[in-house]
Amino acid sequence: MAQTFASGKGPEEEEIEEAGQVQAQTSSIDDLLDEIDAVLETDAEEFVQGFVQKGGE
Amino acid sequence: MSERVVGTETEFGVTDAKNPGANPVILSAEAVEAYAEAASIGEVVRWDYAGEDPLNDARGYRLQRANAHPSLLTDDPYRLAPSGGVDFEERPGEYERYMQRATSVVLSNGARFYVDHAHPEYSSPETSSALEAVLYDRAGDLLATDVMKLTEARGTHLVLYKNNTDGKGASYGTHENYQVSRDLDFDDIIRVMTPFFVTRPIICGAGRVGIGQHSEQAGFQISARADFVENSVGLETTFNRPIINTRDEPHADHHRFRRFHVINGDANQFDVSTYLRLGTTSLVLAALEQANDLRVEGFALDQDDVQTAWDVSHDLTLTRPIQLRSGKSVTAIELQRMYLQFVRENLNLTPADERVCATWARVLDGLENDLASVASEVEWVGKYLLLNRQRERLGVGWDDPRLAAMDLQWADLRPEKSLVSALDRAGRVKRLFTPEQVREAITNPPTTTRAHVRGRAIGQVPQVVKASWTSIVVDDPKIGKLVRIPLPDPTDAGSPELHAALESGALALVDLFNQS
Repeated sequence: MAQTFASGKGPEEEEIEEAGQVQAQTSSIDDLLDEIDAVLETDAEEFVQGFVQKGGE
Repeated sequence: MSERVVGTETEFGVTDAKNPGANPVILSAEAVEAYAEAASIGEVVRWDYAGEDPLNDARGYRLQRANAHPSLLTDDPYRLAPSGGVDFEERPGEYERYMQRATSVVLSNGARFYVDHAHPEYSSPETSSALEAVLYDRAGDLLATDVMKLTEARGTHLVLYKNNTDGKGASYGTHENYQVSRDLDFDDIIRVMTPFFVTRPIICGAGRVGIGQHSEQAGFQISARADFVENSVGLETTFNRPIINTRDEPHADHHRFRRFHVINGDANQFDVSTYLRLGTTSLVLAALEQANDLRVEGFALDQDDVQTAWDVSHDLTLTRPIQLRSGKSVTAIELQRMYLQFVRENLNLTPADERVCATWARVLDGLENDLASVASEVEWVGKYLLLNRQRERLGVGWDDPRLAAMDLQWADLRPEKSLVSALDRAGRVKRLFTPEQVREAITNPPTTTRAHVRGRAIGQVPQVVKASWTSIVVDDPKIGKLVRIPLPDPTDAGSPELHAALESGALALVDLFNQS
């Protein structure tokens, strides 16, 4: 026999609310990577070698 | 007991996109100066150094100034904070004004933006919960975006990064601050927090391409900072970094409070990762404050703590066993669950506490059973799944520079370049705040701590010329001297009389305090 729960909170509702419009994940990771390719640095090796920082705390 | 004063500090990576050899100290100063001028309503509000004491060690001694490594001396010669009423100081002369470059500015949201060593740093205002701290941490990142636009307009192609290493041996920090009871024995803090900290990155690490301080070994690891942890307990923050930092500078009544300063967390851009990093730590500290029967030996490691931090970070399977002194052998996930249990057993949880615990439990389950289910919340998982898929597409190993480049672009705070922004636009980052809320948090302070007083004073009273965590300094020609107004209590958000006085201006404010 199925049990019914009176106004029980699901596990997600006990947690912190997500803010703003929840966008459905319309694209796959591959589609996203295709998009990202357009903004990636063209000379990765030079870019990585050029990123030098001083030590901080 | 989720109400406690919490704050974060972010040191940004800094480059000039058109000039790789640019001096980072000058770049950082330019960044701060540009922002300071744009944000100020009167003179730039500088830092009030009276009262800072970075050489005080929590283990009960004070490092002799002459013996301190220069990097510890972040204060100017200081004067003792006043015990009540106001304090007077001579107005600076022309030369002093000229020498006070704007390398530090205090903002109308109560935060501090300044040059720390060779990095711009954002030190958030005091907040009263982990969730609020996430908002004000995000505000710092949005501020960084504003700074880059301002410097671009001046002709400098400044880029700021929210990360912790250049992969070439340098590391810079993302710090957390928790106000705890002075009654809490520091030895207990060391014993209980150490195993917690070495395993905490599994729920909030930012992920990193490269293993070792110089990325000498190819691979991907969970924590960006772990390889730079080298010591168990210590005062240093720029070398020989400890798991437990002993800095004892409460900026509050030191008989009642300690400010626990945590230096080995990763810089996070994912809201839930920051939320868990701060929320879980806050709860474990609260449980420690409440616990009568301290089963501290239950958590104690039977292996080197620093080595454990490295091992946990390098194990993406999350299955490597950790030996405990009790004889048990647990995974990092299981050890984190023990802390969750400790929290549940020792605290009367508020609804806000419950939400942290529910998220903590669900994320641990996700890490154990279905990694993809937490990809929008746990930053290292999001980064790993994205970069590993790219690695497969390219048919290369982790040593390919294109992957290290993506790791850097992950942290690039320019929205058009940032990989996190790309994920965000695709709905792949769980956000706890809207962009509008984050925008407001750059100019409006939290209302539950003394940041409310500091921020509103700076935002409304042009005669405020200096501020610190514990003071605001007013310069009104009618008074003729600088007036230092103390803010000794982090939880005091200001009486209605005080806020009314702020509306009336500098003289009303000084009068209010001079009466007490």
